[in-house]
Amino acid sequence: MSALLEVNGVSVSFDGFRAINDLSFEIGPAELRAIIGPNGAGKTTFMDIITGKTRPDTGSVMFGEPPTNLLKLPESRIAQAGIGRKFQRPTVFEQQTVSDNLMMALKAPRSPLAALTSRRTRSTEERIAALAAEVGLRDSLARRAGELSHGQKQWLEIGMLLAQDPKLLLVDEPAAGMTVSEREHTTDILKRAAETRAVIVVEHDMEFIRRLDCRVTVLHEGSVLAEGSLDHVTADQQVIDVYLGR
Amino acid sequence: MPRFALVLTAIMLAIAIAPRAMPGPHSALAQTADGTMAVVTEPAAPAPSAPGPLQAVLQANADAIAKPSRTTVDTVIAALLESNAPGAATFLAQWRDRGVVQRKADGLFFYGVETADGFSLTDPDTGKNTGNAAKADVTQLRPNSGVRGVLSSALVQFQLADPDIAVRESALIAIERGAEASQLEPLRASIEAESDAGLKARKTRLERLLTIQFDPSAEARIAAIESFAGDISVDVRAALNPLVATTPKAFAEVPAGTNVARALAPGGDIPLDDAYGLLVTAGLAQAAPTLAEMRAALIANRADGAVAGVPVAALGSQAARMDAYARLAAAGTVPPPVTEDAKRAALATVSIVAVYNEPDANVTAAAEATLASISRSLALNQTLDLALDALSLASIYFLAAIGLAITFGVMRVINMAHGEFIMIGAYTGYVVQQFITDYTLSILVALPLAFFIAALAGVAMERLVIRHLARRPLETLLATFGISIALQQIAKNIFGTQARPLTAPAWLDGAWVVNDVVSISTIRIAIFVLALIFLALLLFILARTRLGLEVRAVTQNPAMASSMGINPDRINMLTFGLGSGIAGIAGVAIGLFAKVTSDLGSGYIVQSFMTVVVGGVGNIWGTLAGASMIGSLQKVIEFFNPSNTLAAQTYMIIFIIIFIQFRPKGIIALKGRAAGD
Amino acid sequence: MADAKMADSALPGFTHQPLWKRNPSVLVFTGLLAVFTLVITVLSEGLGLGLVSTSFVKILGMTLCLCLAAIAMDLVWGYCGILSLGHFAFFGLGGYLIGMWLMYARTEDIVIASLAGAELPPTAQEIRDAIGTQIFGVVGGSEIPLVWSFAHSLPIQLALVVLVPGLLALVFGWLAFRSRVTGVYLSILTQAMTLALSLYLFQNDSGLRGNNGLSGLQNLPGLDDVPQSVVSVWFFIASAVALGLGYWLAAFLVSGKFGNIIRAIRDDETRIRFLGYDVEGYKLVVFTLTAIIAALAGALYYPQAGIINPAEIAPIASIYLAVWVAIGGRGRLYGAVIGAAVVSLLSSWFTGGQAPSVPLGFYTIDWVDWWQVLLGFGFVAVTLFAPNGLGGLVDRLVRKGDGR
Repeated sequence: MSALLEVNGVSVSFDGFRAINDLSFEIGPAELRAIIGPNGAGKTTFMDIITGKTRPDTGSVMFGEPPTNLLKLPESRIAQAGIGRKFQRPTVFEQQTVSDNLMMALKAPRSPLAALTSRRTRSTEERIAALAAEVGLRDSLARRAGELSHGQKQWLEIGMLLAQDPKLLLVDEPAAGMTVSEREHTTDILKRAAETRAVIVVEHDMEFIRRLDCRVTVLHEGSVLAEGSLDHVTADQQVIDVYLGR
Repeated sequence: MPRFALVLTAIMLAIAIAPRAMPGPHSALAQTADGTMAVVTEPAAPAPSAPGPLQAVLQANADAIAKPSRTTVDTVIAALLESNAPGAATFLAQWRDRGVVQRKADGLFFYGVETADGFSLTDPDTGKNTGNAAKADVTQLRPNSGVRGVLSSALVQFQLADPDIAVRESALIAIERGAEASQLEPLRASIEAESDAGLKARKTRLERLLTIQFDPSAEARIAAIESFAGDISVDVRAALNPLVATTPKAFAEVPAGTNVARALAPGGDIPLDDAYGLLVTAGLAQAAPTLAEMRAALIANRADGAVAGVPVAALGSQAARMDAYARLAAAGTVPPPVTEDAKRAALATVSIVAVYNEPDANVTAAAEATLASISRSLALNQTLDLALDALSLASIYFLAAIGLAITFGVMRVINMAHGEFIMIGAYTGYVVQQFITDYTLSILVALPLAFFIAALAGVAMERLVIRHLARRPLETLLATFGISIALQQIAKNIFGTQARPLTAPAWLDGAWVVNDVVSISTIRIAIFVLALIFLALLLFILARTRLGLEVRAVTQNPAMASSMGINPDRINMLTFGLGSGIAGIAGVAIGLFAKVTSDLGSGYIVQSFMTVVVGGVGNIWGTLAGASMIGSLQKVIEFFNPSNTLAAQTYMIIFIIIFIQFRPKGIIALKGRAAGD
Repeated sequence: MADAKMADSALPGFTHQPLWKRNPSVLVFTGLLAVFTLVITVLSEGLGLGLVSTSFVKILGMTLCLCLAAIAMDLVWGYCGILSLGHFAFFGLGGYLIGMWLMYARTEDIVIASLAGAELPPTAQEIRDAIGTQIFGVVGGSEIPLVWSFAHSLPIQLALVVLVPGLLALVFGWLAFRSRVTGVYLSILTQAMTLALSLYLFQNDSGLRGNNGLSGLQNLPGLDDVPQSVVSVWFFIASAVALGLGYWLAAFLVSGKFGNIIRAIRDDETRIRFLGYDVEGYKLVVFTLTAIIAALAGALYYPQAGIINPAEIAPIASIYLAVWVAIGGRGRLYGAVIGAAVVSLLSSWFTGGQAPSVPLGFYTIDWVDWWQVLLGFGFVAVTLFAPNGLGGLVDRLVRKGDGR
């Protein structure tokens, strides 16, 4: 089975500080993966590299079939290639309606000309409505995104991510600030998404990860410390050292 | 060599009469005139029975002296010089200055000073007062300006050997301004006896310059020319350039001995028509009728609405006109036209060359070689001068921009009213000068006062406007623009639209002159020093004080700084005050060399922005680098296109726009996450 | 299908609708503009009752052009978040390009008329020389510069009105956006571009008559018989039509998906980039398109003003354009129109000396001197206390705050 994303020997440093150090990583086309690690382990920088926000000093990032080198593409192309990202802080377009937010995320040609000629057809509206229903925002379609609660914004963002229909989803701390029932709902959405595509979840909350029930990669000081089931990695002495201190 | 002897005599004569002329004929006579009483008590001396030697010469040339013209004055001067009569130089000076009168009764000449009722007379030979004469009894000699000019240049020869160094120097300066061939010999003769070393050096140098221009001997000229190798002075270049000047000429065969500079290719080095014109001038070809002449010929030969059978109405194109003209020429009515091809063919048979105006090939070769060596050394010196200019401009930009850089670094807002703080500083300087008339003292008072007032205005603006627009940089930009236009108009309403002077103290007036090329005005040196002081001061504040630490913290990471207990409001206010205050100081500095007007600041604002953007944000060294780059860039572009400073600025801005492509964050950029996006 | 039915009933107004339903201000605006145009035409000296003077018709026509430029500014700044301080340069460039034809063609008419009585019929070269002397005598030249190569042809020069500013905006925008220059940096850079352009035009050897600029533009070549009073109404109507079309175009741009995306770029450039949109491409489209709109507005404005010179293009003019939009209310098309109309008309009223002075006893406020001060501080007040500008008041009156 060939991997969907293959990160090989990537390193990056800021002003002499090595944020990512010879990191290698692989994920298959329909897989759910959680990434954990203490603060400063390089989780966010790892996502920045995949999405093109940060350019690494060395290494390669290959994606898709046939594999293309993401390091040569601008951010928008990487997104168009099928990588969606949810940021740590919910970032939705607060001035615009939930419906508009989802509409912009919907998979469709991204060029200015396409945007100028696009018309809102019945089928787009239906897809938007279906997505909104999936993330529990069916009744809020006409509301401005800025009026939503924190949790609702998180869901809207996940909805936008699903609307993109990406091959790979990068989700940064989706459960932050959610109630218990909201978390359960989020877990369901992510697990369902992982049936057809690859999903990488960065999360601190061990309980949330346990519920995801997937392979876990532990990052520490910019490289992979351990990989395996949650039980396996939590039993790893090195991981315990890192989390609990020596 | 009679001419040489004559000159020598003149010089000896000059030396002989010099003591009596001292301290100058004017003051001597003035004394006499003042002592009218003495003149009255002494009975008027009768006319001397025998005229003195000078008077004798004067009488011999009485007509020429009484009614001088440019043609006759030379004989008078020659006669005077030949006579060896003491006091000849004084006489020439008096004559020139309309100080000579002729007594009608006996035709004798005297120095006359006008008094209330006539003239007080002095004998030119003895220098003694000979009493008064009524106006009606004497004629005052009034030589015209042409004659006076001749007299002045004749006098220079005497003055070169005058015991008074001031007189010698002014004579030297007179020759430097406009030399004549006749001055070369007296100048040479006066070098030996020159006692002042400095003046002697100048005389020697001037002698060489005159040798280049006037010496009959080619060897002497060449030696003199070669002695100036590498000398970049303007006078040397002025003396050498005429030697290498050329005139284009056409020859069927270049005559031997023609001092040819180079061959000229018609159509390349020289336009085809011009070359053909030379051919015509040299009588080697027939004149070609010009377009205007052909047109006139057509008009002159109109008959029955047609020219040579071509209807006039059809002559609306050049081809038709040529055709009609050719018909006229075929009929023999007009000279035949010469086609381009014919011109080329004619030119192919002859040589078109640039001929040196100076006939001696050795002299021109020496001059070319010396000029080449001069131009090398000139380039070096010009580079040096350019560097000084650039440094001076860079320090102005630094002063103007550093305040902006500080506020932009800390608060990430562009203050469009920064230029108006510069203006406030300049007007502060002007107002202070209205109360304190001592310029030095007033500048010393104005500098801190300008800082204080501009800082106050800055703090007020920060508290009243900018604080309320936190994190909305574009709105801040526009709001400060609103303040900018309001402040400008207020200044206009108070001080009027005309420029107000901000006068620099006298000790800042001069310039530091290294040579004819390299010089810089003292004011610019002072501004450079001021910029250095502020650079040092700011480096000290930022690196060594608590305020500096906090400012750096806010610059690099505002959120973190505020969580560390730094009060960003206070820092914002202080930095805004500091930045605006420095703008005020810059205003005083700029006002010293530019006119103080209400739009003084806006002339610097875009350059200041550029300095900040190019240099990189949040770093004093960045601003310094930006100011240096923009200052030198502007000067270099101006150097290549000196006639057009507007074009220089245009190209500079285009360069900056391109520069930003490669270093979007400026020369010295903050790196890593702190830089943000 | 039940799903579809539900969507149909629960989502009124979300499927595709004509522009005027999505953006009702289009209809209101077009209606008001049409009525206004009709009224002024009927009252005008040239074509109507003569109650409105020709000079005032010109002022109104020019104001309409400024409103169109303000719409362009609103698109690029209010909707797309690019505070361009260069759009008035494009406006002026449009004026220069049409002015070249107006001046050349009219001078050609004059020259041909004056040479008609000559002994020989003039050749093409003689006409050209005479035109060159006539136009460039003031800057000590007689050669016709290269940039005037097409000045004889109206169609080409009209095409250049679109092409030159468009290309300039395209190249400049491509350079600036490509290197991710944003925010105040971009503003400064556009300001630098404007300054460079105006300084270039100030030179005598720029080929555009240096600081003399182009003049006599109010005279239409070949239409000497038509009085200015009529020409002014023609231009007034043309300006109104252009403004109407511009409003429709702008409304079309901002009401669809394109509008959603450029507003998203304004609010969070990074986020929309990670949705797969090529932010730089969108910015470039908006920047270039608005530059062309501004240039067309300028091409209509300067024949009414009669003269254009480099001072018109100075950076401060572009800032004023931004000020109008800010006072009118950013992100609202009618806001831009209101801002430009109110401020420019007020400005000509105050500086024209018609405004009554305010005696304070010890000092008399003469508005010719104090209008700028009032405008400056008024602008600060609007920025501080009414960030939505005058358009915000309209919103409150209409009671719809949908952010459009």
